[in-house]
Amino acid sequence: MLYEQFKVRAEAVSAEVHRFATGDMALEYLTGFLRNEGVSDAPHCSAVWADGSFPAGTERELLGAVPGVTFDVTRERAAQARFGISRMEWALADTGSLAQNSTAIDQRLVSSLPTIHIALVPTSGVLPDMPALLSRVNPKEYAYLAMITGPSRTADIERVLTIGVHGPKRLVIIFVDELGGEN
Amino acid sequence: MATEFKESINRAVNNPNLTGALGKFSEAYKVNRAKAYEGIDFEELRGRIADLKSDAASRLDELSEQFARNAEAAGATVFRTNDPAKVREYILKVAQDNNVKTIVKSKSMATEEIHLNPYLEKAGIQVGETDLGEWIIQLAGQTPSHMVMPAIHMTKEEVSDLFSKEINERLTSDIPRLVKVAREKLRPTFLAADMGISGGNIAVAETGSIVLMTNEGNARLVTSLPKIHIALVGIEKLIEKFADVATILKALPRSATAQLLTSYVSIITGPTPNPDGSMKDMHIILMDNRRSEMAADPKFKQALQCIRCASCLNVCPVYRLVGGHVFGKVYTGGIGTILTAWFDELKKSEDIQGLCIQCGACKDACPGKIDIPDLIMELRRRLVKEQGVPLLQKTIYSVVNNRTLFHGMLRAASLAGKPFTSGKFIRHLPLFLADLTDGRSLPAIAEVPFRDRFKKIVQPKSKERAVFYAGCLIDFAYPEMGEALIKIMNKAGIEVIFPEDQTCCGAPARYNGAYEVAEKNAIDNIKALLGVEATYVISACPTCTVALAHEFISTFESVGQTEWMPRAKELAAKTVDFSTLVTKLVDEGRLSLKEGQKLGAITYHDSCHLKRTLKVSEQPRELLSKAGYEVTEMFECDTCCGMGGSYSLKLPEISGPILQRKLKNIKETGAPVVAMDCPGCVMQIRGGMDQDGAKVEVRHTVELLAEQVR
Repeated sequence: MLYEQFKVRAEAVSAEVHRFATGDMALEYLTGFLRNEGVSDAPHCSAVWADGSFPAGTERELLGAVPGVTFDVTRERAAQARFGISRMEWALADTGSLAQNSTAIDQRLVSSLPTIHIALVPTSGVLPDMPALLSRVNPKEYAYLAMITGPSRTADIERVLTIGVHGPKRLVIIFVDELGGEN
Repeated sequence: MATEFKESINRAVNNPNLTGALGKFSEAYKVNRAKAYEGIDFEELRGRIADLKSDAASRLDELSEQFARNAEAAGATVFRTNDPAKVREYILKVAQDNNVKTIVKSKSMATEEIHLNPYLEKAGIQVGETDLGEWIIQLAGQTPSHMVMPAIHMTKEEVSDLFSKEINERLTSDIPRLVKVAREKLRPTFLAADMGISGGNIAVAETGSIVLMTNEGNARLVTSLPKIHIALVGIEKLIEKFADVATILKALPRSATAQLLTSYVSIITGPTPNPDGSMKDMHIILMDNRRSEMAADPKFKQALQCIRCASCLNVCPVYRLVGGHVFGKVYTGGIGTILTAWFDELKKSEDIQGLCIQCGACKDACPGKIDIPDLIMELRRRLVKEQGVPLLQKTIYSVVNNRTLFHGMLRAASLAGKPFTSGKFIRHLPLFLADLTDGRSLPAIAEVPFRDRFKKIVQPKSKERAVFYAGCLIDFAYPEMGEALIKIMNKAGIEVIFPEDQTCCGAPARYNGAYEVAEKNAIDNIKALLGVEATYVISACPTCTVALAHEFISTFESVGQTEWMPRAKELAAKTVDFSTLVTKLVDEGRLSLKEGQKLGAITYHDSCHLKRTLKVSEQPRELLSKAGYEVTEMFECDTCCGMGGSYSLKLPEISGPILQRKLKNIKETGAPVVAMDCPGCVMQIRGGMDQDGAKVEVRHTVELLAEQVR
């Protein structure tokens, strides 16, 4: 129910929403997506993956072997990358927003500099709204709490909606039912 | 009004790009905003926002203290000052101490308020705005014309010219391409910047957090890429509780741009690590600049409930014609007028406060529940107190304040106006009604005013009585409306009394800041209207009704008049507008309308005071339907007609186009009749239709219903 509401609201602001039962299925989709979109070592084709609990172990080594994908995020790499991948802990159903503790700079670099931001979200992280989120986080432990609702947009020229100004032009959200996590 | 100011208005209203863009935006905004608020109880929400902001405004010092303590505990450096000059010096010092060469900024009205950019640039530092709109106006060497959409006054062609120069390449006006140019051009600037400067949409005292919202994502880059971050926050952004962030964020994006939420929201509590592992150097400046003084002012404290959404600009019928630059260089529109008077100086608001037509549209839309029109009236009052009333107005008020002389002159005007009369309209009126016929014919002053006609009306004796307050327009221009009202009242078994000593309701004086004149008018009217026994005091003019029911009291409050206050309250309790009383009489079965009438289509214009102050809008529509009319709604039925009393005389260049828009909306319904409850609106719209030549009858509801009572 909450997930359905989230999907409608997020798609209304041009986000792309997918859902998979398992981590494996999500990874399969993700690698397919990256390949289709031309991930490679070439300039402006690479992918930066911000550190997180997923994927782990052998999966991570396999992914690291895909040309152009790196878990070693730097400012320069993020600025050059076409894809930024990160895990977002929460989704807010009533506004179609994602939320994350972005205190670690890598989390912000991969979700703001590349052209496409891919967000992995545990389905259990869907919350009804912002009050539910704010009651769960302690700002003392979350120096940088980030909410993201759709891709970067502007209407500053003649009020015409245009996607992708300073941030990503696409936001691809992948829900994983078995991703686990603190929620 | 200063000539320079008049010229800026003329430039604006004659700029088709500006009026076109703003007009289109304001029309779409109303629809989209309503959609964004679907399922939300706006009154409940804004009640909570007003409460929490008002509470914060009462404790600015305490909350600043608490904020500083918590932000510093989180690792930020907090600087508190009242003085804009100290803010500029502080920022420059941080920059120079750290050898800063380039700065990137995300949108901040507070930095505009203190003219920060030119100051830093003079010191040799490169300052780059990164919000697309701000960057455009920076390149153009202009100032923002809107708080949320700074470059709304510019066309894509103008933007493409600016960008072409910037990148030395001839660009077309293709908007996605222009946006791409901005992205590519600004990206290296972001990456190279030594310092980021942001504002703050909210500052939370109990956690020391600041909240930043953008759609473009520039605030995230400004606060993430450079190693130094300075946030400049006006102390009116302080709230106490972290949880209340959600309350404000529920309204701010919906009211600002009709979005459920902006693309990016960042809640920052202290510094975060840089990519090289070092910690960010984070400074938060809490700027007062007269906000505490404002909080101590019983009237203007309310203005601190503003969350800077700019919806008061978006719904303003004047703003959409003239845009922001007419208002000045920083804050624009309704709230901008008030902020300019305080953060800059009262004198600076002298001309711009006159732009407000007092229609009340902003008051209805404000998520901070600020009575902006009332605060603008208070500015007027203080300006008049400080500088006195202009001589011409003084002459007028001394006349208005002397009923015998005033009414004598109106009678004389009836004769003097004669040579110019064509049918029901004249081209020139003497005295204060002079000098305006552009796009609107003015009514001839009645040869026999209502007060004289009244003496000849024979009424059946009834046990219930109502005092009729005619107001100047019905008395001297539209006596037939008064006669219609008597006919209806008599049918309901009510006898109408017309106390001869009633005089001008004082609205013209009050709306021009001459409260002492309004006070005298109020006392004269209280004496006259309460001098006879009656159940009701009825008026068919909403502006007069508002004066009797609300403004006598608030005028007395403002000038400290206590002696007449109980009588003013007594009068207020008895006062009722025409449509409300008639609805009551029909509901009680004391008055009935002819049955089975098929009178055809009609459209209804909501008068500002009736709809937004007296909250009456359904009653006249239901009465007209019951009488046999088919009510067809026009677009923007409750948008001001541009009359605004003397406004249409002082600013015909604004009143005229507002009227034209109203005429167009009326004509587009195809209805042959338009009804309204205000003789002022009748004067404006009937005169407009006369000049337009359209075959649309303009009638007061009282006249239409008098034809249909049984």
